[in-house]
Amino acid sequence: MNSGIDLQGTFIQSLSDFGISAELAKVFWMPFPMLLMIIGATVGVLVNVWLERKISAAAQQRIGPEYAGPLGVLQPVADGLKLVFKEDIQPAKSDPILFTMGPVLVVMPVFLSYLIVPFGQNLVITNINTGVFLWIALSSIVPIGLLMAGYSSNNKYSLLGGLRAAAQSISYEIPLALSVLAIVMMSNSLNTIDIVNQQADYGILSWNIWRQPVGFVIFWIAALAECERLPFDLPEAEEELVAGYQTEYSGMKFALFFVGSYVNLVLSALLVAILYLGGWSSPIPIDMLSNLLGVDPSTSWVQVVDASLGISMTLLKAYFLVFIAILTRWTVPRVRIDQLLNLGWKFLLPISLANLLITAALKLAFPTAFGG
Amino acid sequence: MFVLNGYEYLLGFLLTCSLVPILALSASKLLRPSGGGPERRTTYESGMEPIGGAWIQFNIRYYMFALVFVVFDVETVFLYPWAVAFSQLGLLAFIEALVFIAILVIALVYAWRKGALEWS
Repeated sequence: MNSGIDLQGTFIQSLSDFGISAELAKVFWMPFPMLLMIIGATVGVLVNVWLERKISAAAQQRIGPEYAGPLGVLQPVADGLKLVFKEDIQPAKSDPILFTMGPVLVVMPVFLSYLIVPFGQNLVITNINTGVFLWIALSSIVPIGLLMAGYSSNNKYSLLGGLRAAAQSISYEIPLALSVLAIVMMSNSLNTIDIVNQQADYGILSWNIWRQPVGFVIFWIAALAECERLPFDLPEAEEELVAGYQTEYSGMKFALFFVGSYVNLVLSALLVAILYLGGWSSPIPIDMLSNLLGVDPSTSWVQVVDASLGISMTLLKAYFLVFIAILTRWTVPRVRIDQLLNLGWKFLLPISLANLLITAALKLAFPTAFGG
Repeated sequence: MFVLNGYEYLLGFLLTCSLVPILALSASKLLRPSGGGPERRTTYESGMEPIGGAWIQFNIRYYMFALVFVVFDVETVFLYPWAVAFSQLGLLAFIEALVFIAILVIALVYAWRKGALEWS
């Protein structure tokens, strides 16, 4: 296992050569990956909106956006600019503080979760040992924001939408956490980088999806429900609840909900890629490829190719999953609230518990195949 | 400097992330028009005059799901350290977790039979 390029280490080293202490150099370094990640996530939202509109258009044999830029790629930017200039209408009967806090609390934990998304051995904001657990903890803040938004609007649709959103998120959080547990058990770590490294040995054959097929399906269904994507978009079911908890929102506050939901979708897809599809590792191990081509994997240009390949692989896997999520949206009908809760509590929860116990039993029986 | 190595980035990223809503809301505050009469700020109710408020007592069903959620959420929190250390713990830990999960499955069956998981 080669360590890959270490931008932070190089940066701190080169600043230390100028006589700046390592701690200070680290403080200088800190904003770079953070800003890059936030900009990347925001651009990811724009790409996602464009993909959604183009793919939905294709699914319905329309053309979709085509005037703003080539193939309409600037359409999401135009939409965003429009929302910035929109009037902010706050209902007279609403609670002003909670009304603003709601969207903020929805959008912030989602961005914050990018802290643990790795794009390479050292291409992560911080390599902390709580990893996926931090993400699970952060994702449970979102329902509070949704409840705040729904309740503070003082609107019946908003209240029902907010309550549904909270009920839905908490129902699917447990299957989600339990399927992550099975992965954690196989890699003996909560650290996302360890989880990817544990899948990197034999290329595509060692990805977790082959050892956790049930967990993969549970995680994906639960992630779609957490993101409130169709078939689970009950909180904002237009035909029943106008727009659910977003009914009274307009302008930038509405945009925050919108950005939050798309960032969450990309985040979920990235996490599926990391937990089940080998993260940044390519289907054919890079060490094997470089041996085959007869190049030394520790030379600098191979390292650069390796790192860029890793980033592209992560994004490719994630956007493939986003593509599937968008196609799902335009293929299946919406479920009812009782069906949704039945699926979560009476089907996914027992199955994910069984999956966890079977993983534990298999780990005892075949220690080498299940992470030792 | 920091006791928990690596978590200074969490703090830094929290501050950076809080810039997103702050910048977005203040940019729009500078650029957007304001005004509109009191009608514009009425609560939306499909074009009707709103009847009553929404700050009322709502369905008990939501509380039941929240209660069952707390039980199982705490369970998963207890299971996380077990899963991480499982390779060092061996068979005994497996049986212990089996007993632990069995108790919670009984709780789930109880809630199920009592109708706490029904939506009606």
